[in-house]
Amino acid sequence: MIEAQNVRFSYPNKVEALKSVSLTINDGEFVAIMGQNGAGKSTFVKHFNGLLKPSQGTVRVDGVETTKTSVATLARNVGFVFQNPDHQLFSETVEDEISFALKNFGFEQEVIKKRIDWALNLLSLTQYRKTSPFLLSGGERKRVALASVLAWDPQTLILDEPTIGQDHEQKEKLRQFIMQMQTQKKTVVIVTHDVEFVAECNPRVVLMKEGKIVADGVGKEILTDPALLELSSIVLPQIAQLFTKLSPLGFPKDVIDIYEAKEIILKAKESRRQE
Amino acid sequence: MSVFDGLRFRKVYSPIHNLDPRIKFIYVIAIFVVAIIFYQIIPLLVLFVMQIPFVLLARVQRQWLRSLRGAAFLAAFIFIINVATTYFTSNYTLTAANIESSAAMTLRFVVLVESFSVFFLTTSPDHLGLALEESRVPYEFAFAFTTAVRFVPVLAEEAQTIMDAQKARGLELEKGGLLRRIRNYVPVLIPLIVSSIRRSLELAEAMESRAWGATKKRTNLYLLKLHKGDYALLTFTTVILVLAVYVRYFSPIVIPAITQFLPL
Repeated sequence: MIEAQNVRFSYPNKVEALKSVSLTINDGEFVAIMGQNGAGKSTFVKHFNGLLKPSQGTVRVDGVETTKTSVATLARNVGFVFQNPDHQLFSETVEDEISFALKNFGFEQEVIKKRIDWALNLLSLTQYRKTSPFLLSGGERKRVALASVLAWDPQTLILDEPTIGQDHEQKEKLRQFIMQMQTQKKTVVIVTHDVEFVAECNPRVVLMKEGKIVADGVGKEILTDPALLELSSIVLPQIAQLFTKLSPLGFPKDVIDIYEAKEIILKAKESRRQE
Repeated sequence: MSVFDGLRFRKVYSPIHNLDPRIKFIYVIAIFVVAIIFYQIIPLLVLFVMQIPFVLLARVQRQWLRSLRGAAFLAAFIFIINVATTYFTSNYTLTAANIESSAAMTLRFVVLVESFSVFFLTTSPDHLGLALEESRVPYEFAFAFTTAVRFVPVLAEEAQTIMDAQKARGLELEKGGLLRRIRNYVPVLIPLIVSSIRRSLELAEAMESRAWGATKKRTNLYLLKLHKGDYALLTFTTVILVLAVYVRYFSPIVIPAITQFLPL
């Protein structure tokens, strides 16, 4: 459980990136933090594993204040995957890369082996076990970075822009993987601009603007509110756009799911035939 | 990173910013030479104070103070080493004169930092490149130099991100003895180097796709020309240099130490 209370944060250059932000994320929740560039999204999530400490207010992870403990201790429970994999890859082989964090956390040799196998398999990287991460493509490097964090199986996973540079198939795999984590009661927080990806997952959406939270609620409600999204310069998901245009014909506006959309359209077609 | 901040150029218009970078560089080198030839505290103090009007005129006092603060640790280190060595080499006695000469050595370092800081704070990388070019340095080298200068803050920021990313994977930079601590930085240095190389390759491609080096004979939009202020600074520099060399090597004047005047 992550609790942020009236968190304010200023960078050394006096830029106030967070202006009194409060948010509680319960275990097992799936939260997407959205907002335009410079809204404070990344700054905010960096408080969840103690990389940044609030200038004012408190952040508690499982009841422990982040100012009272180290990043390494917090990281054991809160995994953070950075946006650019090149900022963390350094080992000779993919295998070594994954074992880095496991060694830092003091896992046993036997367990490390098992974990590596598990993580490689999960992200379909087994064939690259002995390859240098620097020889992989951008998307593959991103998966190695993800695998290297998943390997220690943290309770909470924070993903900064996970869909950038991923093709549709990989995005779908990521989505399924997040859903799988949900069934295991793991917490997942993603920071993203990818409105279509969020629409497909339909998580809780937290909208940020200029260092404040401007909206917090179910994805279906927030992603179909044109005024709210305009405020954060986010465009509606395509299905929502379509249904907003169709609303004069009596269609509901709050649709972001493709299957729901299909049902509604089929029903409309059916009722017209009956007339 | 505060030391870098003290060297980072910000676009401001002031009489100092408008000076010709070549003349400014000659001035900095002259200060450098003068600071090296004197080891007494009084001339070094004069050098230190002399540059304050420049800082105020350029309105960079805040960044300048930050660069001095960044140098404070090293300055303290120099002072302690000097005091310690004089203490151990003069039969374990500590005199006021010794402390004064240690302070002078420290001040010499501070003067050097101060003058380079003023130079970099008031000279845009573009001007610097232009100055190199006009001093007959091949354009490729001048360009490489200005690009390097420009990327220092970018690199500093990137290093911070990488440290964060590795800390998030349980890396503790401050853990262990000296050797272990140095080894702790491997996971930070490798991504930094790799991504710099990657970036430079991308930069090269982007430059070539914008026809870099297409014309053999380059002309510049801006040309460096000496103005009144530049001649004034050049004269000022020459006077200081000549005066300093005269006082130090040719005149019978003995520069007193401050401690001589103290009732000890």
